[in-house]
Amino acid sequence: MVAQQPVTQDGPPQQAGPAEGDRRPRRAVSGDGPRFSHTAGAWIQTGFLVVIAVIALVPLVAIFVGTFQDGNDVIRRGMSFDVDLGGLSLVNYAMLFTDSGPYFRWFGNSLVLTVVQVVLTLLVSSFVAYGFAMYDFRGKSLWFVMVLLVMTVPFEMLMLPLYVQVNDMGLADTYTVIVLPFLAQAVTIFFFRQYFLGIPKDLLEAGRVDGVTEYGIFFRIVLPISKPAMAAMAILNGMICWNNFLWPLLVLRSPEKFTLPIGLNTLLTPYGNNYELLIIGAFFSLIPILVLFLAFQRYFIEGMTAGAVKG
Amino acid sequence: MKEILYSKRLAPYIFILPFLVTLAVFWVVPLGRSFVMSTQEVLYGQATFIGADNYERLLRDQIFWQAMFNSLRYMVLTIVLLVPIPLVLAAVVSSKIGSPRVKAFFKASLFVPALTSVVVAGIVFRLIFAESDSAMMNQIAEFFGLGPVRWLRADISGLVALLSLALWRWTGVNMMYFIAGMQSIPTEYYEAASMDGAGRVRQFLHITVPNLKPTIVYVVTISIYGGLAMFLESFMLYAGNNSPNNQGLTVVGYLYRKGIEENDLGFASAVGVVLLTIVMAINLTYLVATGTFKKEES
Repeated sequence: MVAQQPVTQDGPPQQAGPAEGDRRPRRAVSGDGPRFSHTAGAWIQTGFLVVIAVIALVPLVAIFVGTFQDGNDVIRRGMSFDVDLGGLSLVNYAMLFTDSGPYFRWFGNSLVLTVVQVVLTLLVSSFVAYGFAMYDFRGKSLWFVMVLLVMTVPFEMLMLPLYVQVNDMGLADTYTVIVLPFLAQAVTIFFFRQYFLGIPKDLLEAGRVDGVTEYGIFFRIVLPISKPAMAAMAILNGMICWNNFLWPLLVLRSPEKFTLPIGLNTLLTPYGNNYELLIIGAFFSLIPILVLFLAFQRYFIEGMTAGAVKG
Repeated sequence: MKEILYSKRLAPYIFILPFLVTLAVFWVVPLGRSFVMSTQEVLYGQATFIGADNYERLLRDQIFWQAMFNSLRYMVLTIVLLVPIPLVLAAVVSSKIGSPRVKAFFKASLFVPALTSVVVAGIVFRLIFAESDSAMMNQIAEFFGLGPVRWLRADISGLVALLSLALWRWTGVNMMYFIAGMQSIPTEYYEAASMDGAGRVRQFLHITVPNLKPTIVYVVTISIYGGLAMFLESFMLYAGNNSPNNQGLTVVGYLYRKGIEENDLGFASAVGVVLLTIVMAINLTYLVATGTFKKEES
């Protein structure tokens, strides 16, 4: 019954992501001006775009090349356009997989933490969003304004009081405290609310007539048809968690609990003797996200520009 | 009991309960305490009320004003760079000419930097802006006939490195906002302008920009917050919270130094309260000036 609803398509129409535009048929070259100027214009445009795209990719290519170079040398001389092709080797790769100390522990910690945080954040935030989207109740607009307010205040302004707070609660140096304050995540709530607003209310009434409870309607009817919103928010939150740095930097003390960004940061000391690991480790930390991006580009863009979908 | 919990009247509150608890425990209480602490001297867990002393100390603190100057300068410059550049790029990509494949490649290439963590981006930019004459930026400088620059040692060149990092990471995201906004501008507007003989540039200035106002306001608003709250970019670029003559120190960096590194919680809380007030004031002024509130009322 549920599967036939139009909602099951790629999300409510008002959220058409930028990727949608690509699929629109291109208009025939006609209209103002003679044909050749369009062709010339197209070539100039293509050249311009390619040059900028290549410039944007330079830092990523540089770190990739750096994984084949001597780490100490890269740190001393910086990343250069002059690449000594003869000096490239797979030594760092061998080191990474045999003798990289805590690296894969950090990697594993980040992976577990990210998966747990994403699953819980999606559940809790969509739960909250459902309340805002589907009911009328007293104080609704006030509380929703609070969501918007929380959404706009940067975490940096909250970090010190929050740090003091969790220290007093005895939660410092735990994963709980990394996850807990951000489960009801404002941007995610906002995004899900927008999505739920596009779901026909008849669907809920049908569920109620069938005797499904209010929570049952959410878990058994609404969640299953919200996969596109889930995907976009899973990716957004996954990226935020995987890259999360400031908050873990404040609360984590024990080296065995370090996540990938925290661990990499410890390698960046002036007295470091592990610069090979710094470069190749930084590069490998990008790989999960890059792979996901190539597979789910559309959801990435939709998720990361979620804040702008103002109702 | 179960009946009440499952009733349609109580259900919405149960649904939003996790948010209300989060708001209370992790926002309202800490921020309230922060405000209280800013009037105290907090030493080894012992708090003594000292009134406005922390604020007076703050006003006379030169390093605080330097940090404030750095943050404001960074905020203004990121807005100056990260609104017009992505806007023009978005217009170029949204034009009907050109190959969709090239455009897709372009969008992906500009978007990917936003996926990198600030740690990785900081490491890479530190090495691109390294001091040796073989580092990328010095090779470019040499091409233009400039000697090797010790980028992170001097104020302005350090700022260039910092802004490059910001530009690299955020151009793509802002561009996506603008592209999304441009898709909702009716094509008839352009057709009409085209018939009136308006060229591409005039169409951009007189149709695209005015119609994108909500998106522009949004991007500027998040840039104000983001710019004034900037900390990690500087922290990574300078490999720590210390930079030559504090040239890379921001207000949040100063808050971090005082609160976390020196454990002077009272004073650091005062820094936080002042920062939050300034951010709110700037943003409210901006939103009122652009008429954003008026629109919501009508």
